[in-house]
Amino acid sequence: MVKEEQEESPNRPDNTAFTQQRLPAWQPILSASIVIPMFVLIGAAFIGVGVALFIASRDIQLQELDYTGDDSAHPCYKCRSSTEKCTCSMTFSIPNLFKGPVFFYYGLTNYFQNQRKYGASKDDNQLYGDLDYFKDPSSSCDPYTRDSRNIPIVPCGALANSMFNDTFSLSHVVNGTQKIVPLNGKGIAWWTDYNVKFRNPSVTPLINAFNGTKKPTNWPKPIYELDTTDVYNNGFINQDFLVWMRRAALPDFRKLYRRITHDDYVNGLPAGNYTLTIEYNYPVYSFNGRKKVVLSNVSWMGGKNDFLGIAYIVVGSMCVVMSIVMLIVYAKFKFAEDD
Amino acid sequence: MIKVKLMYMVLMKEIFVVTANTADTVIKARAGLFWLQKTQTVQDEKVNGEYGLIINGHSLAYALQEDLELELLRTACMCKTVICCRVTPLQKAQVVELVKKYKQAITLAIGDGANDVSMIKAAHIGVGISGQEGMQAVLSSDFSFAQFRYLQRLLLVHGRWSYIRMCKFLQYFFYKNFSYTLLHFWYGFFCGFSAQTVYDDWFITLYNMVYTATSVLALGLFDQDVNERWSFRYPQLYSPGQLNMFFSKRTFVQCLIVSTYTSLVLFLIPWAAMQDSVRGDGKDVADYQSFAMLTQTSLMVVVSAQMFLDTHYWTAINQFFLLGSIAAYLAITFTFYSNGLFFMFTSSFPFIGSARNSLNQPNVWLTMFLTCLLCILPTVAYRFLHMLLHPTITDKVRHKAREEGQPAPAPYRPPPRRVSTRRSSYAFSHSQGYGDLVTSRKFLRLKRRPSLFGRKDSPLVENQPQHYRTITEESQT
Repeated sequence: MVKEEQEESPNRPDNTAFTQQRLPAWQPILSASIVIPMFVLIGAAFIGVGVALFIASRDIQLQELDYTGDDSAHPCYKCRSSTEKCTCSMTFSIPNLFKGPVFFYYGLTNYFQNQRKYGASKDDNQLYGDLDYFKDPSSSCDPYTRDSRNIPIVPCGALANSMFNDTFSLSHVVNGTQKIVPLNGKGIAWWTDYNVKFRNPSVTPLINAFNGTKKPTNWPKPIYELDTTDVYNNGFINQDFLVWMRRAALPDFRKLYRRITHDDYVNGLPAGNYTLTIEYNYPVYSFNGRKKVVLSNVSWMGGKNDFLGIAYIVVGSMCVVMSIVMLIVYAKFKFAEDD
Repeated sequence: MIKVKLMYMVLMKEIFVVTANTADTVIKARAGLFWLQKTQTVQDEKVNGEYGLIINGHSLAYALQEDLELELLRTACMCKTVICCRVTPLQKAQVVELVKKYKQAITLAIGDGANDVSMIKAAHIGVGISGQEGMQAVLSSDFSFAQFRYLQRLLLVHGRWSYIRMCKFLQYFFYKNFSYTLLHFWYGFFCGFSAQTVYDDWFITLYNMVYTATSVLALGLFDQDVNERWSFRYPQLYSPGQLNMFFSKRTFVQCLIVSTYTSLVLFLIPWAAMQDSVRGDGKDVADYQSFAMLTQTSLMVVVSAQMFLDTHYWTAINQFFLLGSIAAYLAITFTFYSNGLFFMFTSSFPFIGSARNSLNQPNVWLTMFLTCLLCILPTVAYRFLHMLLHPTITDKVRHKAREEGQPAPAPYRPPPRRVSTRRSSYAFSHSQGYGDLVTSRKFLRLKRRPSLFGRKDSPLVENQPQHYRTITEESQT
């Protein structure tokens, strides 16, 4: 042995656990005692959850009324491509008590609110009430930033410009008379949208903040006059506006319009005939879209969606089947120890 | 295939690997990658015995000529050991290049002297020994250490681990990025192909930089499939590296298929679950921002779970990085979706409120749960069944390691007492004439053996090296 090896060589590497890769470590192996019980447990849990979800979804009542009016027999056929104000009404019946609280949605199909440029076409600063952006909206709103006379538009952008403007009223046929069902438009948007994301400029009266600006091209009324019945529901914090600005992820979507919470109907809509009167303003015919009204109640898992319940049951059963298969394979081919 | 060229007799029986019975698969694997190569590959041939080849520099000069070099290579590859003695440095390099060119193999050259430098540079992997002959070899090598016996450790432990880490790292990297990106392809069908991203812009920025960077780095730095003692005990663990098993075109395509499946599940389950669904209080949950929140959180959980399945050696650092990445994701997301940052930079943080409003809904959590388990469980089942039905050498050793714990360290063999301090074999390979001098035993005396060349068995068969005494010692006795 050469003597030098006994001395401390400056090149000798450190002999610590880290540098010599001897760190203490947990080394799990996929063993049968973990995998098979895990699959069984997951399978059983999934089946349980799936059944609960399925029952919850099945108990939700849903009524859809398509009022696009593309069929000539439909009452709204005449409104389909009219340019002036057009009103149509549809009758429908509810067979059993529609348990409350009942939610009134409008739905659109083949409407791509998730298109990239469309969704980016807004000015968050303007919607937050920053007056500087009233005079000079951001260029992300192009070409809906200024009108033909170069006056800034508030709120700018395609997303705001295309706001849904059909209005509905529901009446219940009671003893031959039409009894109006009161619709409640409060609290239909997210509270963070209402309280944080969208703010009106702090100018009173509100209309003064919009001096020198124009309403979006396709709007019938400017933003500070959206709700004539409730003075606080105007400006950027108008509930319908907030609901519309929360753009949908998929091309077929539903947005909350009103809630039915009035005393007479707090327990739900009783069985009977109803009339839906629609002020048909929003044109969808040109792009093959469809419009509908959806009445629904909700449960702890949200609206009616059978998919989740069925998916859980299916995946749970597959897990159980898989665990049986693995058990059989394990019993037959116990891990061979030969090397 | 690694051919280790030694410059003196060392017996390799217990190490590997370059045996004729694995040759076909080796050549096939190699040739598959180099299908564009025009040079022919010399195939390994079956040998009916153990042979050795000793060739000196003079003869090698003729053997390395154009018409004879292939014959030399074929013969040499049929031998268990080849000794080229009294060769010039250029010839050493030529031999290495001969193997490189015609065997399509990865070559390793190890040497300790200045005359080994050209050979070390010619080989794919050059190893220099620092010590008696100076630092020349060390300065021109890829790896260097102090003793020849450390080569075993370099190959069986560090080389093997390095290969495994690299392959796992690459495979995981491709997997996480394909899953992340292919989702947009599926979403394109539902957003009018407008290139709308499914995730929040901040998530896209931070995904590869923060959320998944550290854990994959830890995987590439610290992972071990079996520890070093088991690596020594089972040199067969080295063969997957030679057979290119852990990262090839086939495994890449497999990775692609798994990623495609993952991205499909990550998109379709939320898509189907969010169709026409609402929150428990009737408000919107199928909006773009909640959908983004749902898919990006599911993606984070799925890739983290996959990392959990891929890592075999969980040091504290791995655990910290993985859990830290998930925690960082949650912390950053909640911060970026909070009121404070929105007040300061309004247009940069448009997702305000999304986390709070979507994550308090049971159907969002249930969708996430279903998505993650549907992505992970098939991988678990496949790996478990594969391990039972077609266990690889790694699986077998890991199971054995688990049962037996740490094997005893390799028995400490005291290095054979070399009375002679001369380590090179120059003295015994002089040109013609000296051989007679050596055999006449005029200045050397053998211990325990009457004559050097009288035996029938060749010294190669012996496990123990020869013992010699110098003249001075002889005169003392």
